[in-house]
Amino acid sequence: MGQGLTREARQGLITLSPALVFALLLLAVPLFTIILFSFWTQNFLTIDRTFTLTNYAEALTDPLYRALMMRSLRISASVTAVTVILAFPIAYYISFYVRPERKALWLFLITIPFWTSYLIRIFLWRVILAYDGPINGTLVELGIIEEPLSFILYNANAVVITLAHAFAPFAILPIFVSLEKIDRSLLEAAKDLGESAAMTFMRVTLPLAMPGVLAAVLIVFIPTVGDYVTPRLVGGSGGTMIANMIYVQSFDLSIRPRGATLAVVAMLSVTITLAWAILHVRFWVHLNDRVGGGAAGLALAGAAAVVDIGVLWWLWHNGEAWFGPAGSLGVMAAIMAGGAIAIAVFLPKGRWGI
Amino acid sequence: MKLRPLGVFAVFYLLFLYAPILLLPLFAFNDGTVIAFPLRGFTFDWFAELARIPALHEATLNSLIIACSVAVLATCLGLFAARAATRYAFPFKAGIMGFIMLPLVLPEVIVAISLLVVLMQLGIETSIFTIILGHTLLCMPFAIAILQGSFSGLDRSLEEAAVDLGETRMGAFRLVILPLVAPGIVASLLICFIISLDEFIIAFFLSGNEPTLPVYLWGQLRFPARLPVVMALGTILVALSVVLLIVADGFRRRGLRRAGQETSGGFL
Repeated sequence: MGQGLTREARQGLITLSPALVFALLLLAVPLFTIILFSFWTQNFLTIDRTFTLTNYAEALTDPLYRALMMRSLRISASVTAVTVILAFPIAYYISFYVRPERKALWLFLITIPFWTSYLIRIFLWRVILAYDGPINGTLVELGIIEEPLSFILYNANAVVITLAHAFAPFAILPIFVSLEKIDRSLLEAAKDLGESAAMTFMRVTLPLAMPGVLAAVLIVFIPTVGDYVTPRLVGGSGGTMIANMIYVQSFDLSIRPRGATLAVVAMLSVTITLAWAILHVRFWVHLNDRVGGGAAGLALAGAAAVVDIGVLWWLWHNGEAWFGPAGSLGVMAAIMAGGAIAIAVFLPKGRWGI
Repeated sequence: MKLRPLGVFAVFYLLFLYAPILLLPLFAFNDGTVIAFPLRGFTFDWFAELARIPALHEATLNSLIIACSVAVLATCLGLFAARAATRYAFPFKAGIMGFIMLPLVLPEVIVAISLLVVLMQLGIETSIFTIILGHTLLCMPFAIAILQGSFSGLDRSLEEAAVDLGETRMGAFRLVILPLVAPGIVASLLICFIISLDEFIIAFFLSGNEPTLPVYLWGQLRFPARLPVVMALGTILVALSVVLLIVADGFRRRGLRRAGQETSGGFL
């Protein structure tokens, strides 16, 4: 470097270099290494460095890994939905109703629990949700239920509740920021032009807040897929996720290439799912706008969403019988890639920055 | 004040957020060995018990060594990065900064397993030192975010004035910039300390036979008889985090105010 760079750029890069070198050594190199590892195999304790795809074949076709990966994505998607839907009203309340000088205090209050011991918080959820815990106790006491609820602990529901709690601030903060940026005179203009409060929200506030909502979705969805502690403590056998399997493979069974492969597959699954979802949301919004919005637009967009997801759902569950284990994944990949590329090429970037 | 449905929801939401840490002390002071309602009586026994567990003291010492080292390391690296990001323009800035901030969103298991695989390949035994490296990687984005806040409000002309008056660049940085961002540095140190003290996954993968406090806690969660002691320990940890957090936020705000005042003063 040097010749093509200005003096300022050079100085900037030199200043940045300690942090950058550290991140390269401890993040880029390790990530690259597990990708390498995923193409190797292990005989007892020695690593066989011949390039092979057997790890991937196993990771993608073994019913256990497939089920765990799918469940991790499903739990993360539920957590994301619950967290964002609960976070929005709070962010809205702080941005629109709390007095400006008290906003910082509210945000601080919301982030405090996030900074306290992660293990302890999750363990306490096990206590709260337990068969003889405070929730069941109160509900029985009040006569709302006769028998304690058993579906709220040691299953996927418990994982969703606990993770929705752990990731709340990650969803609230980006939505709050996007709500704060909304020019309040736009809302007044909508009101002056005769829109009702509900329609103003639907047609002005919500669309302008969507970038924040999308940021919240990304920030919650990506890390939750790889959560280890929550499934172990409150998930039971029905709530085990991919991270638990990565740990078992790497430590209990000491098969590091397989653990590495599952980690790479998890990262790829998250990336593919998000890329697919973002491009398809662009498509659905485009359909909605094409017919002029309103009930018809929503119905059309909803129908398209149901078809798009339904096709993949059907392929995931029945594809193996038709195309074989590898073939079904191939067909799924082709449909997902084809649709996504078509959308990326033919539909311009639309609203919400996507 | 009018009672709005949204306000009621906000209060319930805060209750939901605080439920675990409000219940924690109840069980820590409860005179019963079972972590469940109804509560029995008030006792300090579980806290007294903490003083009698040597393994716990070892883990605490490990955690303190790690958290202090991480706070200093991550804040130093964060200073460089935040300074570069706020002061200079350079090619691929967004991409490079995004890469450095990546540990913020990457699942911790992925970071932990990849670090472990590399250490194994290099033949490095996992130890306190490896946890420090892992935690520094994790804390650096937080340090950068906090420090960027204090750097971004600074008026560049202050530094230029110092240089015009004959200071070297380093001298101007040390005498003008550093004092102005000092509150941000303290906030970053404290936040990194809290994160490292509470972090579990990376410590779990990289600890070898030198457990940190959370790793020790994790081991104890399997034994129902140990749970009241765990609750007592948890209460202390949560109280410590909250106190440090309030101090850190005070410093962060003072830093922002200081920077903000300087800039508005410069305008006038």
